[in-house]
Amino acid sequence: MSVAQAWDADKARTRITELEGLPGALLPILHSLQEEFGYIDEAAIALIADALNISKAEVHGTISFYHDFRHSPPGRHTLKICRAESCQSMGCDKLISHVENRLGAKLGQTTEDGSFTAEQVFCLGLCALSPAVMLDGKPYGRVTADVADSLIDGARRRM
Amino acid sequence: MSTRIYVPCDAAALAMGADVVARAIETQIAARRLDAEVVRNGSRGMFWLEPLVEVDTPKGRVGYGRVIPEAVEGMFDRNLIEGGAHPLCIGLTEEHPYLKKQERLTFARCGITDPLSIDDYKAHNGYRGLQRALNMSASGIVDEVLNSGLRGRGGAGFPTGIKWRTVLNTAADQKYIVCNADEGDSGTYADRMIMEGDPFVLIEGMTIAGIAVGATMGYIYIRSEYPHAVRTMRRAIEIARANGYLGTNVCGTGKSFDLDVRMGAGAYICGEETSLLESLEGKRGQIRPKPPLPAIQGLFGKPTVMNNVISLATVPIILDKGAEFYRDFGMGRSRGTLTIQLAGNIKYGGLVEKAFGITLREAIYDFGGGTATGRPLRAVQVGGPLGAYFPESLLDTPLDYEKFAELKGLVGHGGIVVFDDTVDLAKQARFAMEFCAIESCGKCTPCRVGSTRGVEVIDRIIANEDRTKNLELLDDLCELLLDGSLCALGGLTPYPVLSAVRYFPEDFSKPASLPVASLSAQEKQPWH
Repeated sequence: MSVAQAWDADKARTRITELEGLPGALLPILHSLQEEFGYIDEAAIALIADALNISKAEVHGTISFYHDFRHSPPGRHTLKICRAESCQSMGCDKLISHVENRLGAKLGQTTEDGSFTAEQVFCLGLCALSPAVMLDGKPYGRVTADVADSLIDGARRRM
Repeated sequence: MSTRIYVPCDAAALAMGADVVARAIETQIAARRLDAEVVRNGSRGMFWLEPLVEVDTPKGRVGYGRVIPEAVEGMFDRNLIEGGAHPLCIGLTEEHPYLKKQERLTFARCGITDPLSIDDYKAHNGYRGLQRALNMSASGIVDEVLNSGLRGRGGAGFPTGIKWRTVLNTAADQKYIVCNADEGDSGTYADRMIMEGDPFVLIEGMTIAGIAVGATMGYIYIRSEYPHAVRTMRRAIEIARANGYLGTNVCGTGKSFDLDVRMGAGAYICGEETSLLESLEGKRGQIRPKPPLPAIQGLFGKPTVMNNVISLATVPIILDKGAEFYRDFGMGRSRGTLTIQLAGNIKYGGLVEKAFGITLREAIYDFGGGTATGRPLRAVQVGGPLGAYFPESLLDTPLDYEKFAELKGLVGHGGIVVFDDTVDLAKQARFAMEFCAIESCGKCTPCRVGSTRGVEVIDRIIANEDRTKNLELLDDLCELLLDGSLCALGGLTPYPVLSAVRYFPEDFSKPASLPVASLSAQEKQPWH
């Protein structure tokens, strides 16, 4: 379950200070902020640029380059569905349509009630057990429509 | 001594419920007051059997496959603790034909030991390669790797020893070892298995590399899709440091070498070595033109050894048993073993480590048992998203870098994705272009623009618009990508596309069908 906190500039500064001395600190900082808040707030750009003595454009460009870094808070649960070749060979397209219908949200979107964010991912390294998904960081293999339903229902009950 | 019951902690085992099974076993041990303990091992790589529970008995480790928590009580009733008979029992794990027919060198320990026990590691020949290396000259270590014939297992197949020699011979105040653990190719998971199942072997391999070329710092760049591997590697590094195997005084020799784990952020291109270096430096993962080679100007502009996980994890056994031992496996210029990963529509998916030269057919049928769906096999893609699609008629091709290159294919990282007869190769070719468009770093025009044009051309072919003309155009476009791209992403995307057209022309001449839906672009919401 997501433990993300609301944006807090002081908390962000603390996290940035912890890591700013590392060589190549930008990615570790961005991961740390996303771990804390679930996304990278626009207000973080100036803080990071200042701490690392780089331009805001460089920070912005780096955030936008990587698929992982979100610009807005995710739902309480994040369901990542693999749609790379191995999972394609085992019918992930059908699984994805099923999940999108069930959630009422397309991959890349968050459900209206804020409970789920569904995301596409290209390979979870579970290719011997395709199709594979990851729910809140936990992996699942050989996922049928029924399994996906029970994962979604189970997560909804827990929140 | 208490009986050890093994339940894997590999992410694929977890994906089949290994944690719940481990808890059920612990509950039974406590309730029955047995003298037994649960050990979380890596995976043996027989994934259709996961969770594979094993019990250590005097006659060897007895395995139980596809264990579900509900079966655990019954297993204990039938004397699990002494390897008692049960419908889920597969007998002695080591005697299972899937393992017995393999030549496990790099994966010698994976699935056998507790990944985070350095004592287990040492008891199974761990750190013997480093010990030997510490008594050798730098040049002697590099020669050993060079003479073993080890070639980069990440995909390109460049001789590892030559990279090391270049870094050794380049004078600098600081050098680095970088491990490319951005295993993004679909159908591959060998790197993940090693990092989760035998992390010390990678640490040892990197330490040997550091000692050999005079690097004092190493980075392991792991993709963010592998959170379990990241956690295991970080803990293993702490343990190695606490035991004097990393730090400022490696094994009491006064030599320095330390490691850090960095996490990627979902960009496939960062598996390309120069893009990975940019990413490690905290930038957009845009590729760098070569030269300069990373071996001369790599991370932070310093000489850098950049190797794949499997290449580095193979170094300890080469140093332990000698170059000749390793070189004796394999065929032609492909020496040693290949870690084949059977994936996709396959009955017995898993890791098969065999000497180079095994044919695709042997791998897919003798080990993999054919398709999971039971339908006829129609295509296989070897080497990830940039590898060619081969038809059934090419299954007798041996897995060998040169043989595959002759057929305009890739052995790559050794992943084999099997498709049954429901696959539409026109759709797969379109996906190859679309994937390239999504993952292109944007640095060079052929890849950035050509991939999108490729999707459009294939769409027109599928829609039966001027097919002959558009197939010619696609050929032309692929030639441009092959010749004009800066790196392998744009440069090899034509492989799956052209092989699909060449070997499966019927899929490009069907009556016009509905347009293929594009992947949801997952555009990020702009900040307000």
